[in-house]
Amino acid sequence: MELRLKNLVKDFTGTRAVDTGELTILDGKLTGLLGPSGCGKSTLLYLISGLQKPTSGRIYFGDRDVTDLPPEKREIGLVFQNYALYPHMTVAQNIAFPLVNRKVKKAEIRERTAKMASLVQIEELLNRKPNQLSGGQQQRVAIARALVKRPEILLLDEPLSNLDARLRLEMREEIRRIQTETGVTTVFVTHDQEEAMSITDEIILMKKGVVQQQCGPQQMYLDPVNQFVASFLGSPPIDYFRFPLRDGRLWITEGYSLPMDVRHEGGILTGIRPEAWGRGDALQVQIQTVEHRGKDTLITFGLAGTRARALLDITDTVRPGETIGVTLRPQFLYLFDAESGVRIRQEEEQ
Amino acid sequence: MQRRIGQSIKLILLILGAFLMMFPFIWMLATSLKTLPEATAIPPIMFPETPQFGNYLEALQVAPFGLYLRNSILVAGIATLLTLALTVLAAYAFTIYEFRGKTVMFFLCLATMMIPSELLIIQNFITISKLHWVNTFQGIIIPTLASGFYIYMMREYFMQIPSVLYKAAKVDGCGDFRYLMRIMLPMNKNAIATIGILTFISQWNSFIWPLMVAKDDSHRVMAIGLLHFRDAVSSQVNLQMAGATIVILPMLIFYLVFRKQIIEGVSRGGIKG
Ligand SMILES: Nc1ncnc2c1ncn2[C@@H]1O[C@H](COP(=O)(O)OP(=O)(O)OP(=O)(O)O)[C@@H](O)[C@H]1O
Ligand SMILES: [Mg+2]
Repeated sequence: MELRLKNLVKDFTGTRAVDTGELTILDGKLTGLLGPSGCGKSTLLYLISGLQKPTSGRIYFGDRDVTDLPPEKREIGLVFQNYALYPHMTVAQNIAFPLVNRKVKKAEIRERTAKMASLVQIEELLNRKPNQLSGGQQQRVAIARALVKRPEILLLDEPLSNLDARLRLEMREEIRRIQTETGVTTVFVTHDQEEAMSITDEIILMKKGVVQQQCGPQQMYLDPVNQFVASFLGSPPIDYFRFPLRDGRLWITEGYSLPMDVRHEGGILTGIRPEAWGRGDALQVQIQTVEHRGKDTLITFGLAGTRARALLDITDTVRPGETIGVTLRPQFLYLFDAESGVRIRQEEEQ
Repeated sequence: MQRRIGQSIKLILLILGAFLMMFPFIWMLATSLKTLPEATAIPPIMFPETPQFGNYLEALQVAPFGLYLRNSILVAGIATLLTLALTVLAAYAFTIYEFRGKTVMFFLCLATMMIPSELLIIQNFITISKLHWVNTFQGIIIPTLASGFYIYMMREYFMQIPSVLYKAAKVDGCGDFRYLMRIMLPMNKNAIATIGILTFISQWNSFIWPLMVAKDDSHRVMAIGLLHFRDAVSSQVNLQMAGATIVILPMLIFYLVFRKQIIEGVSRGGIKG
């Protein structure tokens, strides 16, 4: 079920928590809702689920206007950050609860509960109470409870943030698997860019309630529309420099420049991702620090009055203080307006 | 060695304390089985020569204790159920709803705790007189139902349930009343049992109000019945004690059955008499 938001606005006293403009969430896909803490992700999810009323704007599930419907009439499943299981009920009773409320027949409840339990792989835990489960298991139960009523849309509010690092990796693969198996339209809220990049079909990146960019994870990484998007994605993050632009060339140093076909009034900020750098002979730099990160090596060096980060191959043995030759791959290099942060594109790109 | 002595002293003091507490009850039980001369003998005799169980039969003939017992159970039972319903619903509303004047109303609720109940008795009596509720069960029961303290206590328990459960239940298609019955009550059943037991005890023991409202035997509860019984048997101390034993017995059984919950309840909320 395609989910469309039309100029959805939510005001709290004094603050505008959400202002979506026109937003379409793809049918049958896993969409990541990404943004820093307090940017309105949970609020947007509560608006979609009907737990909060929008100040203005409409919500459509397919062609159905659900703006004025209460949550239970919207055919949604919702999973919370801290699971929100009913502590006095067994796992089976928790999963069955939405069906019991709908007065579904006993035999059918039993059958659908068992099916859900096997989908999230907790068949042997059905008679336990939530406090006898690990965090990952509790989250599986919460997902089963959300899916048992066969919702049109599954909403997950930071479902992994209470789990430890290993479980988080495991559970995000699980969520991806369950989403693919069921094909349910899913919105997955997270403030962790890596989480969003790794499992989603599409990312919606928000800042202060406003959508900054919506596209596939790879495209968002490679083609950010503004400085905020470029900064939010990538680890280690992108570095910014004030390189001068002269005679159609961007001057990294006095002796090293790249052709850059832009016309722009006002200051320019150049963003360079650490993986843009490679070994080469364009530029000689002196290494300040070296950090081995497992699959690659992160070095820093001084450039244009600030510090640049670069990722080198793990087999490349370098030491602090050493001078090495590097070069730039221009596709990982972005120009932004220094005032507004808006991306400046080269002429032939436009 | 020293610890052993300390332990022994503690034990002796506890036994002494228990004996002091229990002595009036033992005396009552013993006297209820004495003949009248034994009961009034000077110096006093502790135990009767042969237990006079006939005293109990005689006591039961003088006053309708069976009726008093039924009335007590009726009044305390119904009052407890209604108090629980009122307390739970009020506390629930104060927990999950936002409405105008909520804070003011809650403070008014709390403020009722600061008025001594003796002060209310006259006003309440005038009210039920106007309603023609004197000498009726609703006159005995209804003015005692609302408790600001229990509403406050119940709300404290309800507020500890994370509000995200309420949101989850909403999405799961669970209405407000169902949420109360299926989630809130089961999760707070200990607190509810505590309030229920404390209410039942204080209803059972209440004296002045039922004394004022009940005018004939068919509306007298046990404590009031005992008062009339005492007048009826005047100076027959042994019969008085037999009557007192009959009155105390049900509460004793109640205490024995709910011993654990009562102790828990007292340490949690404190008995409010
Ligand atoms: N009930 C409320 N009353 C007033 N302001 C609120 C309320 N709920 C949220 N806000 C505000 O709205 C903004 C968005 O909050 P929201 O919880 O949606 O953020 P979020 O993106 O989910 O953050 P996080 O990642 O920390 O969960 C915040 O500034 C928050 O303070
Ligand atoms: Mg949130």
